[in-house]
Amino acid sequence: MSATQLDELIGNEYQHGFVSDVAADSVPRGLSEDTIRLISAHKNEPAFMLEWRLKAFRHWLTMSEPTWSTARYPAIDYQNIIYYSAPKSMKDRPQSLADVDPELLRTYEKLGVPLKESEMLAGVAVDAVFDSVSVGTTFKAKLGELGIIFGSFSDAVREHPDLVQQYLGSVVPYTDNFFAALNAAVFSDGSFCYIPPGVRCPMELSTYFRINAKDTGQFERTLIIADAGAYVSYLEGCTAPMRDENQLHAAVVELIALDHARIKYSTVQNWYPGDQDGKGGIYNFVTKRGDCRGIRSHISWTQVETGSAITWKYPSCILRGDDSIGEFHSVALTNNYQQADTGSKMIHIGRNTRSTIISKGISAGHGQNAYRGLVKILKSAEGARNYSQCDSLLLGDQCGAHTFPYIEVKNPSARVEHEASTSRIGEDQLFYCQQRGISVEDAVSMIVNGFCKEVFKELPMEFAVEAQKLMSVSLEGTVG
Amino acid sequence: MLKISNLHASVEDKTILRGLDLTVNAGEVHAIMGPNGSGKSTLAQVLAGRETFQVTAGEVLYQGLDLLPLAPEIRAREGIFLAFQYPVEIPGVSNVYLLKAALNAVRQHRGLAELDAMEFLALIKQKMALMEMNDDLLFRAVNEGFSGGEKKRNEILQMAILEPKLAILDETDSGLDIDALQVVSKGINALRSPDRAMILVTHYQRLLDYVVPDFVHVLSQGKIVRTGGKELALELEERGYGWLEETAPTAAHAEARS
Repeated sequence: MSATQLDELIGNEYQHGFVSDVAADSVPRGLSEDTIRLISAHKNEPAFMLEWRLKAFRHWLTMSEPTWSTARYPAIDYQNIIYYSAPKSMKDRPQSLADVDPELLRTYEKLGVPLKESEMLAGVAVDAVFDSVSVGTTFKAKLGELGIIFGSFSDAVREHPDLVQQYLGSVVPYTDNFFAALNAAVFSDGSFCYIPPGVRCPMELSTYFRINAKDTGQFERTLIIADAGAYVSYLEGCTAPMRDENQLHAAVVELIALDHARIKYSTVQNWYPGDQDGKGGIYNFVTKRGDCRGIRSHISWTQVETGSAITWKYPSCILRGDDSIGEFHSVALTNNYQQADTGSKMIHIGRNTRSTIISKGISAGHGQNAYRGLVKILKSAEGARNYSQCDSLLLGDQCGAHTFPYIEVKNPSARVEHEASTSRIGEDQLFYCQQRGISVEDAVSMIVNGFCKEVFKELPMEFAVEAQKLMSVSLEGTVG
Repeated sequence: MLKISNLHASVEDKTILRGLDLTVNAGEVHAIMGPNGSGKSTLAQVLAGRETFQVTAGEVLYQGLDLLPLAPEIRAREGIFLAFQYPVEIPGVSNVYLLKAALNAVRQHRGLAELDAMEFLALIKQKMALMEMNDDLLFRAVNEGFSGGEKKRNEILQMAILEPKLAILDETDSGLDIDALQVVSKGINALRSPDRAMILVTHYQRLLDYVVPDFVHVLSQGKIVRTGGKELALELEERGYGWLEETAPTAAHAEARS
């Protein structure tokens, strides 16, 4: 591969960059207590929510933006963001999907997420979030028969305030970090899911996030509770239009698994990554944390991160219950000028808790990819075990890979293993494939998919295929 | 089928091939022998299209095509196969996946339909049996954790499946014990046919006991200094390359005079 071929091949196009022409109803630019009151009023929230938001906002004012990550970006002007934008047609909330603005439905169809139940992927229920609101949830009634609550966060706040009040902020308190505090103050919508005791959710639950409006931040909040013995597999997908300005996305996801419960959370993140020169793209500052609260509970995070200009995200597990299990499987790809600082935290508190971290970072173009992880074994975590593996793959010679593993062990019976490797797609590997008649593009995609295989196999089937395609598109012949 | 004229090639400004001429016709098996550093592997790599080597002069015609401007994958699809001296490991990509991708790329180029899963499996089983390979090698990552012998068998397996017109085998015999050498030779012989040519690059004549060549060429300092029948290999074995080093200047001298 010559340098020119390499450059040509890196230039691939973002597939979801269109803008939908939907009249929007926004709050004025900027952030103050008034903004928050306005958001809360827009959503007809009970008083406890507004109070919580205001407490978070006041706390946020005392905090400063973290600077420890490897990501470099110009200062974000928090007063120049629109914190709430909803399609106008949502003002009188549609009662069912049939009442949803056809333009919105078309948007999701274009994205390959049809919201008509008849056209849905069999066995997947979708909650679609457009800018700041949920526009519709499929299979809601069918899930309701099993006592499963799945839908927009706003609905949950009104319809199940007790559950929300009990669990909201119990894993990620608003004091947790700068972006979590901001989210708690202004979060607009997101998904809420509750699986009652002993119920195995019969289909994949999924939320599809779409940022559309200009200069708008998306601050969604997802809360998933698997009660004792329950099981749920959940998938999140995201896209945004191509815009020259950076857009802020600061989400919070909280997972709670009670005794013997299992939550599988998968993300395919494909926010707009910016153009070839690093202009535009989403700033993705996300706090995701799962609490294995019960004995033998099990939470696994699987993420495929190909989008965003900046990714700042560390899906974590608090292994509180004895014998609980935490897993993190990640593929993060950075191309052009994308920056990713991502990894996981595994906090072992209970006895015989186990955790696994498999992180695969792929850097191409001028992309910078950092793995940052913490494995913390507390004194109480007798017999805890962790295995971490961080592999980096480099394509070309302008990109970078960094690994920052932190390990704190307070219990002598713990066993912690860490393996790391950095490799480059070798000229010899490519030549070998080419000599067998395989084109460079196909060879790269084959080698990268081989590198990611351990993670892809954790994804639900339909999405594993999507993830593979996404990798090929994002890489389209990026070679070094 | 293949006509190489006055081929000069270098790597990092070091000239390796210095005016190599060679003609290979369909149905023929040519062995290329020579001491270390004489340019044997360079010739193999240049024919396959590796970019690390720069061709500075000369011409290669393959089935009437000007070969040198073609990308490696196009050469492969046109029927040139290189069995690597050091087969490359590709973690996470199963052997069977690579084979299928390769076969389909080649078939598509030849205007043939892709094989369906059943046909492909049947083909592969048949060739695996020929190479006395275990099925589990199909599902392991390409060459990863393969023994030296398994890697070389795997190369010949790929050749058997891709059915090239011109096969170049780069030191396929190196690192093989006698049993493996016999299996590999059987695989190579099974592929000899009137419309296929082969170039065997080797250090030793022992492979040639099993795969009997039509011609033996001796490469020294980047050009062919002697050509003969299979008995040339035996003579070399007996007398060593030193014998040629002594006679080579004479040959070069003779060439200069003519």
